This record gives sequence, structure tokens and C-alpha cells, in this order.
Amino acid sequence: MVTNVHKKIENISFGLFSPKQVTGMASAKIVTPELYDKEGYPVDGGLMDIRLGVIDPGLRCKTCGQKLKECPGHFGYIELARPAIHILFVRQIYNMLRSTCKYCGHVLVPAVNLKKYLTNLDKISEEEGFEARRRKVKDIVDKHKIKDKCPHCEKKLDIIKLEKPYNFYEGEIRITPIEVRARLEKIPEEDLVMFGYAKGFRPEWMILTVLQIPPVTMRPSITLESGERSEDDLTHKLGDIVRINQRLFENINAGAPEVIIEDLWDLLQYHVTTFFDNEVAQLPPARHRSGQPLKTLTDRIKSKEGRIRHNMAGKRTDFSARTVISPDPLIEMNEVGVPQVMARTLTIPVRVTEWNKEYLKKFIENGPKKYPGANYIIKIDGRRKTITAETKDEILAELEVGYIVERHLQDGDICIFNRQPSLHRMSMMCHRVKILPGNTFRLNPAVCAPYNADFDGDEMNLHVPQNEEARAEARILMSVETQLISPRYGLSVVGCIHDAITGNYLLTKELVLSRVEALDLLYASGVDDLSALPHKEKVDGKEVFSALLPIDFNYIGKDKAGNEVKIVNGQLKTGNMDQASLGHEKGLMLRNIYERYGETFTADLLGKISKLGCTVLARRGFSMGIGDLDLTPEAKAEIQETINKAEKDALSLIDAYYAHELEPLPGRSLLETLELRILEALNKARNKTGDIAVKQVKDSAAVVMAKCGARGNPLNIAQMTAVVGQQALRGKRIERGYNGRTLPYFKKNDLAPKARGFVRNNFKSGLTPYEFFFGAMTGRDALMDTALRTPKSGYLYRRLSNAMQDLKVEYDGSVRDASGRVVQFMYGEDGLDVSKTKNGVLDVKSIIHDVMGGAK
Amino acid sequence: MTFDVTKHHLVPKHTKLGESEKSKILGKYGVEALSFPKIMTDDPAIKKLDVKSGDIIRIDRQSKTAGVSEYYRVVVEG
Repeated sequence: MVTNVHKKIENISFGLFSPKQVTGMASAKIVTPELYDKEGYPVDGGLMDIRLGVIDPGLRCKTCGQKLKECPGHFGYIELARPAIHILFVRQIYNMLRSTCKYCGHVLVPAVNLKKYLTNLDKISEEEGFEARRRKVKDIVDKHKIKDKCPHCEKKLDIIKLEKPYNFYEGEIRITPIEVRARLEKIPEEDLVMFGYAKGFRPEWMILTVLQIPPVTMRPSITLESGERSEDDLTHKLGDIVRINQRLFENINAGAPEVIIEDLWDLLQYHVTTFFDNEVAQLPPARHRSGQPLKTLTDRIKSKEGRIRHNMAGKRTDFSARTVISPDPLIEMNEVGVPQVMARTLTIPVRVTEWNKEYLKKFIENGPKKYPGANYIIKIDGRRKTITAETKDEILAELEVGYIVERHLQDGDICIFNRQPSLHRMSMMCHRVKILPGNTFRLNPAVCAPYNADFDGDEMNLHVPQNEEARAEARILMSVETQLISPRYGLSVVGCIHDAITGNYLLTKELVLSRVEALDLLYASGVDDLSALPHKEKVDGKEVFSALLPIDFNYIGKDKAGNEVKIVNGQLKTGNMDQASLGHEKGLMLRNIYERYGETFTADLLGKISKLGCTVLARRGFSMGIGDLDLTPEAKAEIQETINKAEKDALSLIDAYYAHELEPLPGRSLLETLELRILEALNKARNKTGDIAVKQVKDSAAVVMAKCGARGNPLNIAQMTAVVGQQALRGKRIERGYNGRTLPYFKKNDLAPKARGFVRNNFKSGLTPYEFFFGAMTGRDALMDTALRTPKSGYLYRRLSNAMQDLKVEYDGSVRDASGRVVQFMYGEDGLDVSKTKNGVLDVKSIIHDVMGGAK
Repeated sequence: MTFDVTKHHLVPKHTKLGESEKSKILGKYGVEALSFPKIMTDDPAIKKLDVKSGDIIRIDRQSKTAGVSEYYRVVVEG
């Protein structure tokens, strides 16, 4: 790709400013700790000097002559009365002091080895890169610390110690920064290479003699409501430095005793240190008068709230909103309910034309508070004006073609709705806005599945595209309708859930309605063409449902129970509507409708079916109570008998085991065989009792829901009415706990079912204490398991998606990466677009059938 | 005598392409040979094929989705 490159970065080098560079680039020398004079004007030579940039409106920068916001700010400097060590380079300074001679300045590497090391270093940096070179440098420096004598001038050297944070000692004597600087100055340029420093760098720059003063633009003061000025933390810190520096100067000039000068010098060092880093170990952080630590340079950059992670890596976006979600089955699938309060903040820019001028004026009249109103206008020259009660009339008068009105969000506006973690493309879909009262986002329960959302406190984000292009793109590529079929498995990701399934199931299974009832029901579900309903006194539920279907729709499939579902010419002939036809990931009937009639129709139909189901349920009434779980005395007795028998079987197995009469299964030990056979016997018994129970409570709400796949399964019902069954830990019966037994209630080495986690009661009758305890054990195990597995699989998926993110299917069907390398020669080996298949399979027969014009 | 891996049921059939086939395949995908996935000269599966760097190997794999699928690799020194 060739683009116009005016300047190209070849390399970046990092280094330090020399004192000369600091004074050279400075536009002011700071000499006084005062900030403002009596009039409140910045003092010349003070920290807020206007040569350093302007932060007050109206003033002009003395350096560049520009106004507020135009002037980027300029550096200044102060001359330190005595040098101070730069805290961030203490480590480097220490290394250099330790590895050089204080008399001749040479590195303590014998001259013979020096050459060898240097060529070695060059070789390493060429072969393995800079990182390896840096490691090698560290090794060499560590190897040649002061031991005894300088190999060059043969003079005796003392060991140098670093007293944290920044004091150096040679034996017992402290080396002052002046002395440190003098020693660093002695190191010849050739020897610096041994420490890994580039040419042109001098180590004595790590000891500060002049301090750079950052521009005022990066430490602006805030004017409080009282008119008082509040300075930035950095300005405070710099003020301290300047003040101490001043005093130090005066004392030195006055010839004050060495002790006083030393004290002031230490203080200066402390202030300079905390200016760079206020969280140095062993140093008390500099504080405000209120006691809260000052935020100095390093604090601005590091950690989560620092410049990098907060401002550069984590950006916030305008025209977005976030709140709790709640369900609303009455809005369409491709809509999202937006609270009115939000709609008054989220805006859409509309350009004024001759044709919409009057229409837009109405928004301005309403202003920012009254919905639907407008918050801003943008004039032709790009200037922005706030609409308020005062400016309203003026704006109305001046409004002309070409202005832009930022009006409130309205019904039908395009937006993008998102729930984290955004693992697949269905996690961000385009919805239409529907303004609703309240404070939550509302979404149709059918789209919970693609977002993986529920309403236990989930929050979601909303983004409002601001121009036509973005809106068009969102609508065409991201609409809910276009996302109905999953590109992962080629089936519908949205579908009826819960009540919608139950309602349709009951309707198509058993309901017979009067014509009036049927018409009312259909109309309430959003059907406006009622002609499809047969003209009869009594209408069958199947016929009501069929009224939604297109007249030429044919479908043959199976329902959840395995019975045939047959739709001929838009009439449901046999079978009941349930999860297998309507549910998400399963809804095969929906998948067929999508193929025949397209996305918009399917989305619309799904909305109607869903509403029909909910309405049916609301009118018929549907509730579940404890009575649903009642069993006849005979059934109860039968269940008891089954369990007793199973327990007896298990006990006889145990007896057989102790009597050495048990036949081991192939490849198993005797004990394993016993465990397996006990487990088998108990599970068989539970399944049997479950069947008895489900048969008994046939027409209860619980069974209806389980049967049509709306919620729950037969096992849940069996556990509530018949028997909870064996609790298992890691695929085995419970055996942990005490020595040889699960709980002290049992005898040691008791292998009986009840001592090893068999719960023979059901949830309705209640559990015994030890049964409850077994249940708690498996419950906690399951909880821990999910809690540990979720982050693991999440990270696994993240690595996978990052690794494959720029793979792309080319027009020839091959998969290639960003640099054009072939990964697969035919996508998925068969070149199929999964989203165009049904569960990954192309049904050639039905395609032929369709192509032949539906002939038999 | 070591085990011949090419006889193992999990090792798909590897064949060396002739010059004309090679240019045909490269033309079909319109890329340099080095954009293809690579296989090293000392790979046990192609030891017997007498290959040199730059050759293209065709691999016929049993595929769950497509029956038999063709895959190509370019031989590199290794």
C-alpha cells in the first residue's frame, strides 16, 4: 500500500537532557516561589510565569504569542544551589560508582578483557537483539564490582554502599552528590559502552544541577466559585523546591555553618525526589495540608488511573449509555426500550433543510428539558450553541438552512446495543429505539440468547451512530434481523422462550376457542390480516396458530416428543408447537421459514408467535403450586417400594462383596465393581420412580413446561416428587469426610447407600440432615467448578480469537491471514458457509424439491 | 527396523507434485510457493518421497465435512 508519507520515523532513541539542553530549550528561568502579584497577575520569574504558557482566557503567551488553548506551553528551568540525585536513576548511578575507579575513572575491567567483552557485546546485540545485550551488560557489570584494587592505576578502592533511597557511602564516609557527579564526570566516553549507554550520553546528567520546570499548561490552576485559586499538585511541589532552593542559596552566600547547609540540601533532595516520585520506599510522601499525598509526575503516568491505562488504553465514548436491562415481551425483537431521561441526553444531529426547518423548530421550542426537544445547534461556521430557555428565541430566529440541530433520541432511531463479554458478532446488534418511561433498557426476551443476557441485574450498553453512513452500515450489517442465523452452527440463535413456548404448546395441543376469542387473541398478537382464520363457530388452537403462517408454507419435522409436525399449505395439521419448532438453537420450523421468506418476515413472524404464546397463557391462566407435585397414595407406595428394593439390592451386593461372592467386571477391582453396581441399581430405581411420578402428575404446569421445553426437565420433577437420588462427587459416590466414613453419624466403613450420599427423600417431603449435608457437598463442588472454569475458558477463547482475528475467506474459498499466507485451501475443507446451512449440513434434497417447483 | 509412519492410519497420504502440477496449483491460488503452509524436509511423512526444498506436497486427508480434502505444503529446509 502506497500512501503519502511526509516523514518517516526510522528510529527512536531514549536519553537524558543535558543541563545545556535544559537551559537551551527553557523559555524562562524561575527564581521566585511567588505565583501572582497583588493584582492576581502572574509574577515574572515565578512558577506561573506567562512565558511558560497561558491558562487564563484573554492573556497571550509571551513566548509564542498565542492564546489559551493555542499555546502548547513552554518549559522553564531552575538552577539548583546544590546538585540533587534523580531518584529514578539511583540504580544506574550506584552501578557506575561500584564498577569504576574513583581516581582514573576507568571501568574495573582489566584492559585485556575490555576488547573481548566489547566485540562479544556487539555480536550479541546483532544476533539476539537489544534485550540480550542489556542482560549481558548487567552480567558484566555485576562481575566487575569493586573488590580491592583498580586494575588500571593499581590504587586501593573501598567498597561503595547504597543507603536507600539515595545516599551513597564509601566505607563510613558519605559521598555527596557533588562528589558523585565529579566521579561520573571522570568516566571516559569509551568506557561508557561497557554500561550499555549510547554515544553522546554523559552519566553526570543523572545528577541534576538544573531542574526542568514543566509548562503551566500541564499543571493548570482551578478557580473556585469563591474566586479563590487552587493550584495543581505539581505547582505546589515545584513551589517547595524553589523555596528551599532560594534559602539554600542565601545560606551559602551568607557563609552559614556547614550543618545548616547540609540540612537544607537534604531537604532540597527530598523535594526534588518527591517531585518525580511521591511513593519512594523509606521516604514519607509529601502531603497536602489536609494530609492527602500529592500527585506528582509518576502518579500521573502509572497504575490503573494513570495516563496510560486510563486515558490511552481505556477510552470513553460519547453518545453512549449504560443501564440495567429488563424484559418487555410487548416490544419488537429489533427494538430496544430507552428511558426518556436518557433520550434527553443522547442526541442525533440533523441538518436543517428547507423541508424540515419547521419540523426541527418544534424541537428547539421544546428545549433541552421537554421531550422531544433539542440540546444544541451547530452554526454554519461550526460554532456550537446551547439551547436554553433564554437563548431559545434567538436561536429560532437565526435558524437557517445549513444549521445542524442536535435533537433528542426518538422512536425509530438507529442504535447499537451491546452486552459484554462481546464474544461473537451477535453481542453487538443494531436495534431501533423505543422511548419508554422508567430507568431501564427494555429488550424482547427472544434476543436474550444471542446476548447471553438475563435480568438478574445485567447491564448493557447503547451507542448512537451520529451520521447517515454509520447508521446505514449498522442497519444493513448489524440489525437483529440479519443476525437471526448463527454463523457457528447455522441455526436460529433467537427463538421463543419460556411462556411463549408454553403458550403455543397449549394452544396447538388442546385449546378450542370461540371465533370471537380467537380473533381477539390474534389481534392482540399483532395480526392484522384476520382472513386466514376459518369461518367457524369453534376454532381449533392449531387453526389459530396457522393463521400466522404464510399460506404456501410446507414443513415436515418432529416435535420434542418425537411426533411428526406437519404443516401443509400454511395449515398445522399434526403435532404441537414446542421448543423443537420455536425455541432458539433448535427452532427448525423457524429456520425453514427464514430460508423461504427471508429475515424481515421471520423476525416479524417470531414476534407475533411469541406474543401469541404469551397472550394465550395470560388469558388461559397458567400457574404452578405445591399441589402440582401431589401423588396418589398408590403411586407413593409404588415409589417407596422401588426405592426400598433398590436399597435392599445394594445391601445384598455389599454382603456379596464381603462374602467374596461378587464377580468382578472386566478390568475392574472388586471394590470398583461393587461401586459401579450399586450406582447402577440406585440410578435405575431413580429413573423408574421418576417415570412413575411424571405419569402421575401428568397435567400439572410443571410437566407441561418440561414437556414442551419451556423450562425444567423430567429429572427436576422427579427430584421434587419422588426421590432426589444419589449425590456424586467426581463421578463417584461420596466417600470423603472422616476416617472411613462420610459423617460421624454413620458407622465406619459403612458402604450402605444412605451412608454414601444416597438421598431417598424428595424435595417436597424434605431431606434429613445428613441428606441435606450431602446435597450441600455436591452443590458446593458444582459452584466451585463453574467459578474456576469460567475464567479459564474465557482466557482460552480470548487467545484463540486474538490469534485468528485477521484470517479471512478469500473469493476463491481459501483462508488466508493478513499477509496473504494460505491457512486452508478450502474453508472448513468443504467450503460451506455455515450460516447458509442447517446445522452445518446442506439439505440437497429439499433444495432440489424447491427448484423443481415444489413437485412431489 | 523402525515403524513406517506412512502406514499408520492417522497419517494421510502425501504425494509429491510434478512440475506441471506445481505451477498449476500455484497459478490457481495466485501466490508464491512460500505463502503455502510449510513442511520440513526431514518430516517423517515425506522421507521416502525424495524431496528437495521448494517442492510441493499434496496431502489427501479424510475429512469429516468434505469426504476427502486436498491440502498442499511447500517443502522447506529443516
